[in-house]
Amino acid sequence: MSILLQLLFTGIGIGAIYALVSLGFVLLIRAANVVNFAQGEFSMIGAYLMVLLAIELDLPYLVALVIAVALMAGFGVLFAGATFWPLRARGQLPVIISTIGASILIENLVLILYGPSPQVLPGLFEAPGLQVGPVFMDSQYLAIIASAVLLVSLQYLVFEKTLLGKKLQATSQNQEMASLLGIPVATMVLITFAYSAALGGLAGILVAPLLFVSVGLGPLIALKAFAANIIGGYGSIPGAILGGLALGIVETLGAAYISVPYKDAFAFLMLLTFLMVRPQGLFGEKIAEKA
Amino acid sequence: MSAHAEATPILARHPATRLASRWRGVPGVVIGLLATIAFTTVAPTQGYILNVMMQAATYAIAVMGIVVVLGYCGQISLAQAAFFGIGAYGVALGTVDAGLPFFAAMLLGVIAAGALGLILGLTTLRLGGHYLGMVTISFQVIFTLVLTNWISLTHGPDGVPHIERPSLPGFKFLAAGNTYLGLCIATLVVITFIVWRLKMSRLGRAMQAVRDNELAASTTGIAVFRVKVIAFGLSAVLGGIGGGLFAGAFSYISPDQFRFDESIVLLTGALLGGVRSPFGALLGTVLLIVLPEMLRVLKQVYLVVYGAAVILIMVFLPDGMWGLIANRLPRRPLAAGPVPKLPLLTRTGAASDEIALEITGLAKYFGGLKALDGVDFAVRRGTVHALIGPNGSGKTTCINVMTGLYRPTAGRIALRGQDITNLPPHLRTRRGLARTFQNIRLFRGITVLENVMIGAERPGNDIAGQPAAVVERALAALDFVDLRNEAHRLVGTLPYGHQRYVEIARALAGSPDTLLLDEPAAGLNPSEKHALGLLLRRLKGHGLTILIVDHDMNLVEQVADHITVLNFGRRIADGLPRTVLDHPDVVAAYLGEPRQDAAA
Repeated sequence: MSILLQLLFTGIGIGAIYALVSLGFVLLIRAANVVNFAQGEFSMIGAYLMVLLAIELDLPYLVALVIAVALMAGFGVLFAGATFWPLRARGQLPVIISTIGASILIENLVLILYGPSPQVLPGLFEAPGLQVGPVFMDSQYLAIIASAVLLVSLQYLVFEKTLLGKKLQATSQNQEMASLLGIPVATMVLITFAYSAALGGLAGILVAPLLFVSVGLGPLIALKAFAANIIGGYGSIPGAILGGLALGIVETLGAAYISVPYKDAFAFLMLLTFLMVRPQGLFGEKIAEKA
Repeated sequence: MSAHAEATPILARHPATRLASRWRGVPGVVIGLLATIAFTTVAPTQGYILNVMMQAATYAIAVMGIVVVLGYCGQISLAQAAFFGIGAYGVALGTVDAGLPFFAAMLLGVIAAGALGLILGLTTLRLGGHYLGMVTISFQVIFTLVLTNWISLTHGPDGVPHIERPSLPGFKFLAAGNTYLGLCIATLVVITFIVWRLKMSRLGRAMQAVRDNELAASTTGIAVFRVKVIAFGLSAVLGGIGGGLFAGAFSYISPDQFRFDESIVLLTGALLGGVRSPFGALLGTVLLIVLPEMLRVLKQVYLVVYGAAVILIMVFLPDGMWGLIANRLPRRPLAAGPVPKLPLLTRTGAASDEIALEITGLAKYFGGLKALDGVDFAVRRGTVHALIGPNGSGKTTCINVMTGLYRPTAGRIALRGQDITNLPPHLRTRRGLARTFQNIRLFRGITVLENVMIGAERPGNDIAGQPAAVVERALAALDFVDLRNEAHRLVGTLPYGHQRYVEIARALAGSPDTLLLDEPAAGLNPSEKHALGLLLRRLKGHGLTILIVDHDMNLVEQVADHITVLNFGRRIADGLPRTVLDHPDVVAAYLGEPRQDAAA
């Protein structure tokens, strides 16, 4: 029982990472109908930026973290300018392909800069963690869960309570209509890219102390974000969060009780199962194209 | 029927049948194969250059799969290296571990690749194309995991050495490097030909229709899901064939040759050359494999370059290098020749009391909104029936429910007395229902003629499956709307008004039983509207059964025999044009309620 509780805690921790990345992924789908195949690379770059700032430049951890996340937001805008903006009028497929190109480009650029050997990034806290009953709560997992809760609440407040949030929501619901109402749709889309990249970058920074920093981090995390998104329901925000958590738990339990080498296969099996049994996911709606 | 029987001899003689010739491209293949044999005699029997050429040839075969699934069908697969790997492991494990002859092992590998492709496709392709992208990436990653970890089957990360080339009696000559290269190139030539011919076949047109507009594809009778699964299955098979030959070429394979990176190499090759053309893909792959091998310096950074190239190609060269070349090649003009009359009468008849299409109690709710709330009407054979009503009255919803794009909440739809309420769109089209869309939905990546051919070859049409007759029927339909001279233009380059006519021609070419026109006058200028009115009257003169939705009262009055008026999802009037248009409820719905209360 105590092992199960311990695994659940770990699963929720890793699931929170998937939830954050998946959230960034879903926001882009909603705001700009962009299916971003480079979403995992956002996390990977975030982690490497942290290696650069906190270790190589030796900045204080929190300062480095803030700078890294801010740089990621800027990178998101740059990313939009390169992969989305020139192709925005040409439909979904060309943008998908160009984000695939971007992911390959980013991954291999980083590979040239840092080489294939993984980097080590220390955790946010020096203390190892807390013993709560039978469960040892690792401080990094606690930091991940706390950040996820904080970010999701913050996002909820911004989306529901501020004018900017309403504009973002309007843009994601109907770009044409939003534009007619005087909402600067282009700006809203760029803000979404910036936020999505910052979110992904932060997730990468948070997960890096657990997994090492390597170029393989990107595709690994992206796959989980895709799976979380389909499990939760394509384009659904609560779905992204719950899908991420569910995936983290299933994967952790699967690795513990079934097979370690095939840990990453559980996401895929869950993905296929959902596609067969419940393709609209947990929260998705069946959306018919308008004739 | 008699009209059609008389028309056939004229059709068969028409010069445009060149387009449908069974022998098209065959001389090219024969020349290609002869050239391959000639090349084999001078090709190296071993060494670096031989290896590069074998890699290019086997990769190009796999890239043909990407042409089919992405170029033709618009579905993105990122696991081509995995299918390539399945083919390669089929040959490796089959010959080395199971002791099978080369070609038997290769067949097994190709079947395995195709079967896995079908399974993935069947689970994924009911949904949008990006689902396939995500699922195939995952599959690619899992495939590498399995290759590395299932050591008892796959030999694990060490790979499989000592793979033998064909050693069957009669095939022993293929064991030499130059002849084996010949086998690879000959296979490539044949597959390139097949993929090229596929593009102009009925299935290939269906794929392109799905790529360009799934909704319109389903309403022209195409089984969208099935076509997507076939395209993806075919692409997996081509990946498997390339991989099988690859294993024989290099006699040693290992898991890292079939990773996601290689899927990207294959994708880049296809995009660079031009993913919609097999020749483009061929060009792109050969360049991609040969160039980095020649410029050894690039070896370090080749994936960076590929990544950047993918973005740049998408932005600046969407049709790839072949697109640049092909757009400069002159198109052979369509030979002038007699165009037969459009045999509209095969399915039509004089106006009668027979009911062609009937809806009873039809309702469609979107959440709380009752877009249609129990509507009844019947369209009689050979008449023009107009469905009118103010904005938001449910007219378009009605057509969408009738053609199967929406599932009704309640009610029944009958075509010629047969219940079609629960049929998917393409099966309704097979029974003779045709439609056009308010916001034009054409297949923009193909020509005007090809668009109309897709209409002509709708399953259930009398000429479907007869390529020459399909071309003739499409030309006749284009002639009917006076666009025959534009037949070879890409449909997206036509002016808006002409695109409307192409859509109508597409519907007419299928010799529909009943034609539904959803606001055909929308967006037309007055002179175009006038021409449309004339066209509709000609159709009416042929006795085609038409249900027309429009706002333009002038047009409706010109053509309608019978009018049904909707308001707020309910039928408020039904009858002959004059009586309906004078009906007080109709006047009120259009002009607003007279303020009788105030006067009283």
